[in-house]
Amino acid sequence: MRLTLFNVVVAVIIAIAFAAVNAAYLVWAERRGAARIQRRPGPNINGPFGLLQPPLDGIKLMAKQLTIPGGADKILFIAAPVLAMFPAIMSFVTIPFSENIVAKNMNVGVLMIFAFAALGSTSLLFAGWSSRNKYAMMASIRAVSQTVAYEIPMLITTITVVMIAGSMDLMEIVHQQSGSILSWNIFPLFGRSHNILMPMSFLIFFTCTLAETNRAPFDLGEAESELVAGFHTEYGSMGFGLFFMGEYANIVIGSCMTTILFLGGWGCPFGLFPGVWWFIIKLYLLIATFIWIRWTFPRTTIYGLLNLSWKILIPLSLFNLLFTAGLLKVF
Amino acid sequence: MICEETKRALQKLFPADEVIAETPEEAVDDSEKKAKKPVPRANGLLERDYAVHGYHLDAQVAADQVVEAVGILDKADFFIESITGVDWIKDNQLEVIYDFSRYDFDLCRVVIRTRVDRNNPEVPTITEIYAGANWHERETHDFFGIKFIGHPHLIPLLLPEDADFHPLLKDYKA
Amino acid sequence: MSSPIQLKPDETFILNVGPQHPATHGVLRVKMEMNGEYIVNAETVIGYIHRMHEKMGELKTYPQFLMNLSRMDYLGALGYSHGHVLVVEKASGIEVPERAEYIRAIMVELNRIASHLFWFGAFVMDLGGFSPLMYALQDREHILDMLEAVTGSRLTYCYFRYGGLYNDVDDQFVASARKFIPRMRKSLKKYHKLVTGNVIFRKRLEGIAPLSKETCRKYGASSAVARGSGINFDVRKNEPYSVYPEFDFDIPVYHECDSLARYNVRMDEIEQSLRIIEQGLDKLPGGPIMPEKKPKIIKPPEGDYYQAVETARGSFGVRLVSDGGKTPYRLKLRSPTYSNMHLFDESCRGMLIMDALAFMGSLDLVIPEIDR
Repeated sequence: MRLTLFNVVVAVIIAIAFAAVNAAYLVWAERRGAARIQRRPGPNINGPFGLLQPPLDGIKLMAKQLTIPGGADKILFIAAPVLAMFPAIMSFVTIPFSENIVAKNMNVGVLMIFAFAALGSTSLLFAGWSSRNKYAMMASIRAVSQTVAYEIPMLITTITVVMIAGSMDLMEIVHQQSGSILSWNIFPLFGRSHNILMPMSFLIFFTCTLAETNRAPFDLGEAESELVAGFHTEYGSMGFGLFFMGEYANIVIGSCMTTILFLGGWGCPFGLFPGVWWFIIKLYLLIATFIWIRWTFPRTTIYGLLNLSWKILIPLSLFNLLFTAGLLKVF
Repeated sequence: MICEETKRALQKLFPADEVIAETPEEAVDDSEKKAKKPVPRANGLLERDYAVHGYHLDAQVAADQVVEAVGILDKADFFIESITGVDWIKDNQLEVIYDFSRYDFDLCRVVIRTRVDRNNPEVPTITEIYAGANWHERETHDFFGIKFIGHPHLIPLLLPEDADFHPLLKDYKA
Repeated sequence: MSSPIQLKPDETFILNVGPQHPATHGVLRVKMEMNGEYIVNAETVIGYIHRMHEKMGELKTYPQFLMNLSRMDYLGALGYSHGHVLVVEKASGIEVPERAEYIRAIMVELNRIASHLFWFGAFVMDLGGFSPLMYALQDREHILDMLEAVTGSRLTYCYFRYGGLYNDVDDQFVASARKFIPRMRKSLKKYHKLVTGNVIFRKRLEGIAPLSKETCRKYGASSAVARGSGINFDVRKNEPYSVYPEFDFDIPVYHECDSLARYNVRMDEIEQSLRIIEQGLDKLPGGPIMPEKKPKIIKPPEGDYYQAVETARGSFGVRLVSDGGKTPYRLKLRSPTYSNMHLFDESCRGMLIMDALAFMGSLDLVIPEIDR
């Protein structure tokens, strides 16, 4: 693909559209999924299967006034929801969906995605801090300590994968795993490392994704039974809408990363017909797991959550990093 | 069993009296009752018929004996059920009723009651003994205006914060 | 740039939980003095929906007041009516036919299960798990359907009359109640699998908010709050009333004193209530549901009467002071959650806010019942 300005602009627009549509329709999927789990119909009035629900919700939210509480820090209050959505969308630019479908491949793709992911926590901090609401403040402090705690095992696990692939290029990482399910990083019998601990790494990464995206059972940032609505307590209108969509965009990014780093990207489990459809299937299976987990588990405590990261996930991921390094030296 | 013990312990509050088996008012028939003007009961300990009244011991004490009487029950492991009042407007008195019961199977319900002057209703608090009396006393203060001397936080609980009326007094008109 | 909320490091701040807060399940307000996530001090403020039922009791005649009882506790309304009719029957010496007593017990137990189911769902929702509420509501729906068919209402029942009942049960009710028992047992198994065994759930509750026996006694706690603290206290057993001595059932008691113990007690109580219903249906005698001789106007003789019953939320007491008139001279309603809620202030000191709210959920609060 030749890199012209036109190409890049089109690709970026498509990436943004993909992120936005995904975010909007994941809300629908979440509601339908929750309804299925809870044995009720869910949104099914607007359009076939309630498919018109997300745009209608969007219109409703946009028609509302954005109220800014008195005494709030106005600039940060307005900046926070934008900051929640922006990094997620930007991350899509570098994600390769297949051999050819990628907006802009970079040799430091992994780094870029994590840099943008780190920006996400500032939006939570801004939102809670600027709202002048004690619930929001407490929630944002929780959310930031949580994000910091879980970024570490997540990065260590990613470094393990990067080490195996020998590259930070997402394309390259997927190419490393080409072949059948046995060469994927989740179960790398034919891969470079032959590391039997990789399934554990996959679970660590997945858990961290759950925590990073503030999803149940780690949704302490918006624990609605305790902190009303958490960091977005004071937000209404599209400010709330952006937070909401940002959360789902982050889920998509997290699932994309899991797919690329561990599940062989667009590779077929049997080594046949690799293509974007495999990527999509894996992506949505992971997202369905997200939804499934959210509607099954109760919420953890903040200390249980931090202990899990600092006392279990970080030591385990560090051990696996060293173990993998040793294996790479041997084989 | 525990009833007997409690009875003996409470009896010490009234050195002169003997235990009366049943209320004298109930013994006399209706015509006689109507004839004489009912007088408020004198302080003392009564043993009540559980099947009729739903409690075993009924001790009416002077206001300054309340803490002592409740202390006896506390030592005997009773739990506090409720505190409430009754407005005996005809006698120009307010009655405070303390209900106690037990957690074990040694069934014994005890009622402690005290009558105070309606114009100056003051009863010592028992929050020192039963922390749970706090709300009950506040509620009784809300409804009857009875002042619990020594109560740590005697502000309206169920009524609005600025309430200066006492709705369960018989002369209260909404 | 200065923070909108200014705090010195060792300073505490006041967090107003309620009166509109998702965890309080009603208009309850707790003023919490917080140090970060820890509660330093708490003061519960109640009375937002105080309706002065006791004054209404003095102003209305006895039958007129019957419907007020179910407005006290909207989840377990029948238990409250039961206490009231029992004390009036006791005072005025009305004999209740045996069939009516059995039907009362069955209905109260069904209502207790419905109340516990709702509590179960709401409690797990307090902990962040949403789905069990929907499952619990579905089972509760069966009970409400059954009760509606007999009593005519779904929530605020006015079913008991002095001396008997408003309506007799039919074969259809008996059949559906019999069908309900195994279905409920099956769902109970499912709940234990889904929720009780969940590691996050257990971690959230084990060892949280220990209540000593002494605290329970000083505050007069009852229901699962007392039974979770190792106190074997259930008015149905301790002070048998109605036909409860005829039934073979156990009082679940747990000695852990924590929130999980309170949860376990309520879940076991559902099973015990099912046992009572089962036996009640087996033993259900024939005959009338209202006594043949009943005074036209209820006028209990002068005196002072007390009756305690075990409702879904604990020991509910009615004190009736009668002067022989058509209306009570004084009607005191001793509500169980009033006492249970009272110990929250003292017990939640030093707890994390999320543990404190889980603890509040384990107390099974119904605010209209506290405020009366």
